[in-house]
Amino acid sequence: MSFIYQSVYEVQEFTLLSFRAVTNLFRKPRYLQDTLQQMDIIGVGSLVIIVLTGFFTGAVLALQSANSLKAFGAVNLTGQLVSLSLIKELGPVLTALMLAGRVGSGIASELGSMVVTEQISAMRALGTDPTKKLVTPRMIATTTMAPLLTVMADLFGLVGGWIVSFYALRLNTELFWTTAIRSLDYNYALEGLIKPIVFGFIVGMVGCYFGLRTTGGTQGVGRSTTQAVVTASILVIVADFFLTKIVLELRP
Amino acid sequence: MSAIRFENVSKSYDGQIVLQNFSMVVQTAETKVILGGTGSGKSTVLKMVAGLVKPDSGQVLVEDEDITDLTENELQPIRRKIGFVFQEGALFDSLSVKENVAYRLRENGVRNEKEIDEIVREVLGFVGLEDAIAKMPAELSGGMKRRVAIARALVGHPRILLYDEPTAGLDPITSRAICELIIKLRDLERVSSIFVTHDLKSAYTMASEFAVLGPHGEATFVSENDRFCLINTRFLMLKEGKVLFEGPDETLRSVKEEYIQEFLS
Repeated sequence: MSFIYQSVYEVQEFTLLSFRAVTNLFRKPRYLQDTLQQMDIIGVGSLVIIVLTGFFTGAVLALQSANSLKAFGAVNLTGQLVSLSLIKELGPVLTALMLAGRVGSGIASELGSMVVTEQISAMRALGTDPTKKLVTPRMIATTTMAPLLTVMADLFGLVGGWIVSFYALRLNTELFWTTAIRSLDYNYALEGLIKPIVFGFIVGMVGCYFGLRTTGGTQGVGRSTTQAVVTASILVIVADFFLTKIVLELRP
Repeated sequence: MSAIRFENVSKSYDGQIVLQNFSMVVQTAETKVILGGTGSGKSTVLKMVAGLVKPDSGQVLVEDEDITDLTENELQPIRRKIGFVFQEGALFDSLSVKENVAYRLRENGVRNEKEIDEIVREVLGFVGLEDAIAKMPAELSGGMKRRVAIARALVGHPRILLYDEPTAGLDPITSRAICELIIKLRDLERVSSIFVTHDLKSAYTMASEFAVLGPHGEATFVSENDRFCLINTRFLMLKEGKVLFEGPDETLRSVKEEYIQEFLS
């Protein structure tokens, strides 16, 4: 019983924090400087790992799909398969998972350390609302940077797929790119951009939530960090399923 | 007018009682030294004054204004009157000493860099740390961190100061320096304060010495003697959320309570 109570309580607290983070957008003071700094740390800082993830995912996709497609004599469709799987699914999800690992953990441990060293209390005592100064800038940063990073992952994934197709599978370059681009329509691109916005929000808010509710010293910081990464990753994958279902339902 | 007043305040965390029917008054320009072991509810008292923790029942009044049920936004003007020196300082480690001290100014919308610089230098001068202005908190020693924390709390001339174990874990000379700062604020600036500690030596220093201005405007410290007894510092002893003793230091030593005797020995 207490487990159910605890779960409901956590969901309630998380929802309240998210609600405040969003409504802070319409309330003063706004911390533009902190927001830009977080965008830099989260967006620019994650670029390299996102590019590497995207590149090798695209490469391995091309390798695997060409192998299966060969059985049907459809190796020519490799480009289409790579671009559809990347842009609709793997680009957003893998970017979000990498962000959960790099950014979600960073946010949780930073805020967690601030809680256990009483810096959050000090901030409140000095007249600052920590949700305005700390949570909202991080939420904005993850929500805006995740789609941009996803685009980079998609792009470099296609490049990876093309390199494998060209050098390993001996496919025609023009054929790869035409099938890759032709298969896309605006709906797919939109799906590929809505998902990372939701995922970015999840990663940022989960990181902030677990960071701020840290208790129990340095050990607690470690615990919060782990919980943030695990929870964010699972939520991303669950949300991906439901978002895909919703998009499929809405498609004309 | 009293600076701080607690009326029958109770608080518990997860079923553990931290304060039970706790009442006390801190008069204007008075320092209340709260003694007690770890987990006796001392820090909770301070956090309640700043509205960081809400009591389960009872009332907390700051300058005769009931702050018990105020929201975070309504608490802002109250917190402006209060300077809080946290245990270990709680400096923002992503900001330099200067930015830590200037934090409250920037939050209050002061944009004039020259004015900020002036105020920061003034308060850092008061705690004797002008040289550390460009350093990061990680480069400071424990004692310096506490002094920067005091400087940060002093910005905006708060009328109430709350010290959470400012001398814990420091060597006697640094502790003494910090006590002298607090005595200066008490006697020369007439700040009301609560001084939470389990460091008896600092507590006695607080209760037996006072600051006077010398002929050249410098502060000198005088011990109380047969003719003069300091009355602006009173002790309060907490044990498991209850008040065991309240009164001046002279009577504390003569109380025949077992726990107090053990604590003092």
